[in-house]
Amino acid sequence: MSETFKKDAITLNEESLGVIDSKKTAESLSARALKRSGGQIRMEGFFKKMLILMGLIMVILVFGILITLIVESMPSIKVLGMRYLWGRTWDPVQDIYGAFPFLLGTLLTSFLALIISIPFSISVAIFLGEYFPKGWFSSFLKNTVELIAAVPSVIYGFWGLAVLVPIVRTFQSKIGVPPLGVGIFTASLILAVMIIPYAASLGRSVIQMVPSSLKEGAYALGATRWEVIRSVIIPYTKSGLFAGILLSLGRALGETMAVTMVIGNTSHLPTSIFSPGNTMASVIANEFTEADNPIYLSALIELGLVLFLVTTVVNMIGKKVIGRFTNE
Amino acid sequence: MKKNLINSKFFAAVFILSVFGLVSCGGGGAGTGKGDSAATASAGGDNNTLIGAGSSFDNPLFSKMFSEYNKSTGLKVNYQSVGSGAGISQLTSKTVDFGASDAPMNSKQDSAVSAPVLHIPVTAGAVALSYNLPEVKDTLKLSPAVLADIFLGKITKWNDPKIQELNKGVKLPATNIVVAHRSDGSGTTNIFTTYLSKVSEEWNKKVGKGSSVNWPVGLGGKGTEGVAGMVKQTPGAIGYIELAYAIQNNMAYAKIQNKAGNFVLPTIASVTAAANINIPPDSKISLTNTDAADGYPISGFSWVLIYKDQKYGDRSPERAAKLVNLISWMVHDGQQYSGPLTYAPLSPAAVAVADTILKSATYDGKPILQ
Repeated sequence: MSETFKKDAITLNEESLGVIDSKKTAESLSARALKRSGGQIRMEGFFKKMLILMGLIMVILVFGILITLIVESMPSIKVLGMRYLWGRTWDPVQDIYGAFPFLLGTLLTSFLALIISIPFSISVAIFLGEYFPKGWFSSFLKNTVELIAAVPSVIYGFWGLAVLVPIVRTFQSKIGVPPLGVGIFTASLILAVMIIPYAASLGRSVIQMVPSSLKEGAYALGATRWEVIRSVIIPYTKSGLFAGILLSLGRALGETMAVTMVIGNTSHLPTSIFSPGNTMASVIANEFTEADNPIYLSALIELGLVLFLVTTVVNMIGKKVIGRFTNE
Repeated sequence: MKKNLINSKFFAAVFILSVFGLVSCGGGGAGTGKGDSAATASAGGDNNTLIGAGSSFDNPLFSKMFSEYNKSTGLKVNYQSVGSGAGISQLTSKTVDFGASDAPMNSKQDSAVSAPVLHIPVTAGAVALSYNLPEVKDTLKLSPAVLADIFLGKITKWNDPKIQELNKGVKLPATNIVVAHRSDGSGTTNIFTTYLSKVSEEWNKKVGKGSSVNWPVGLGGKGTEGVAGMVKQTPGAIGYIELAYAIQNNMAYAKIQNKAGNFVLPTIASVTAAANINIPPDSKISLTNTDAADGYPISGFSWVLIYKDQKYGDRSPERAAKLVNLISWMVHDGQQYSGPLTYAPLSPAAVAVADTILKSATYDGKPILQ
C-alpha cells in the first residue's frame, strides 16, 4: 500500500520537475539519453554479467566443496556405513571409526557457548542500539566488541590455556569434580567470548533501525524504557537478533584452533560438561597431517562432510525460524 | 529518491571494492602458483637445490646441518617440516628428493610406493616421561609394567603401592594421576606406543601402536608444547615429550627401567648407547626396549628416505650424486651438530649400517657412491 503511494509520489515529483524545468534542461536530458546508448549501456551489461558470474562462482564453490567431500569420503562410507555416525570408538590402529563423540562434542560446545554468550550479546546490542547509540563511549565500546572478532583464534586458545584453564581448575576443585581445567566447559567459555561480537553487532544495527515513531508511540502511552524494549524493540527486531545468534552459532560450530587447545582432546564420550572431549573440526586439525592409511584419511574427510551437513541443517532450521518470526 | 541514490552509490562502492579484492586475491593466487611451479621446476631443473620433506622432530637439526653444508659446498636444501607421514606421501608422489620420518614405512605405505625405498638412519631421539609432582625432589623411577598400567588407566594415584615399591624412601603424594598425550598424529607417539606394545601384552591387544591411537585415558595436547604445557600446569600430570624439549625447558623426567633391569635417565649418551646394538642391514629397527645394558629404552632412529634407484622422472645423475653425498655427509661429518642441539649422535654400529645402505643406492643400475 504505502509503497505504491511512494512510487506515485515519485513520478508526480518528476512530472512536476519536468514542468518547471526550462527547455534547456530538457535538451541536455535528451542528449544524455542519446549518450546512454553507447558506453553506458555496455557498462550496464558488463556489470550485470559480472554480478551473475560472481554469484555463479559462489554456487560452484559450495557445490564443488560438497562433491569433493563426498567423493573423498566414499572409501570410508563404503567400509563403515552408517555405523560411522553412532560408533563410539575412534581407533586408527584397528581402523574403527565412530564419529559420535565428536559430533556430540561439537554440538555440546557450540550450544553451550551460545547459551553463555546470548545474555552478553543481546545486552551489548540493546545498550549500543538503544541506550547509547552515539558518543565517544558508544563508539569505543562498539569498536572494542568488534575487535573481539578480529583477534586470531590461536590467541584465544593460548589465553584460554594460560589464564582460563587454571581458573576453571580452581573452580572445579571447589565444586568437587576432577580438577582438569581443560574440557568441554572451558572450550564453551572460550567460544562464547569469540562469538559475542557476531550477534552483538547485527543486533545493534537492527535495534537502531526500529522506527522512532513506534518507540515514541509507546512512550506516549506511558511505557517505561524497559517496557519499550520488551514490547516494542524485541518483537520488532527478533528475526534480526535471531539471525545474529545463528551467525555466531555457525562460527562456533566450525571453530578449531582455540577449541583444540583447551578441550582436552579425548575420543571418549563426554560424561558431563566438565569432562574432556573433542570436536569434529579439532579432530581433523589434529590428525590430518599424520593420517597414514587411506581409510583413516577418508574417515577424517567424512568428518568434514558431517560438519558441513550439520552446519547446513542448523542454518536451514534457523532460516525456518526466522521466516516464522517475520510472518507473524 | 535520495536514499535510492545513496544505496546505489553504496552498492557500487561495495562492488568496486570486491572486484579489487578479487583482483588482488587473483594476483596473490597467481603469485603462489608461480612459486609452486618454480619449486617443481627446481626439483627437475635447478640442480643446486634439493628438496626434502617430513619429520618435524628432525627440523632443528636439519636446518643446522643444511646451512653448514651450504657454506662448504654451496648446495641448497629446502626442507619442509610437514610431519613424517606427509613426508612419506610426498616421496611417494615424487615431489621431493628425500623424505624424513621417525618411523619406518609401514606395509600400507610400502605398497603405495612404486619403487624400493632406502631407509638411512641420520639421528636418534628419545621420548622422556615428564611429570609434575612439586613435592617430589628425587628423580622418579618407573618400570615398563607400571608405565603401561598408568597409561592404561589401571594405576590412578601417585602413591599406588606399585609406584612406591620402585621408589623406596620417596614420599609420594596421594594425587590423582593425570595422563597427558599428543592429540595430533606424531612420530613421538609412534615411538612411545611401540615401546608400550613391546613391554605390555595388554597394551598391545587393547591399544596397539601408531602415530595416533585410541588412548584409554588422559588428556590430549596439540604438539609437544601442548603436552608439555599440560604437564607443567596440571599437578599430578605425566606425559611423554621429546627429550630435547624436556631438557631445554628444565622439566622433570623419570628414569625408566630397561630390558637389562637398569633404571636409565634419558640423556644423549644413553640414547646413543641404545642404538649400539645389532642393527639389521635395512636399518628398519625400532630401538625401543633396547638390549643395550646402559641404553634408554624409549628411543628411536630418525630416517632419511630416498628411492633406491635414483633414475626416475627427469633426474640427472649429478642430482642423484649430490643427494647421496649430502646424506653421506649427514651420517658422518654432520653428526657433530647433534650434541649441541640435544640430538643423540649415531652409534658406530648405526654409521656402519648407514654406509652400507648408501652404497646400495644406484643410478640406472650403477652404484652412485664408490
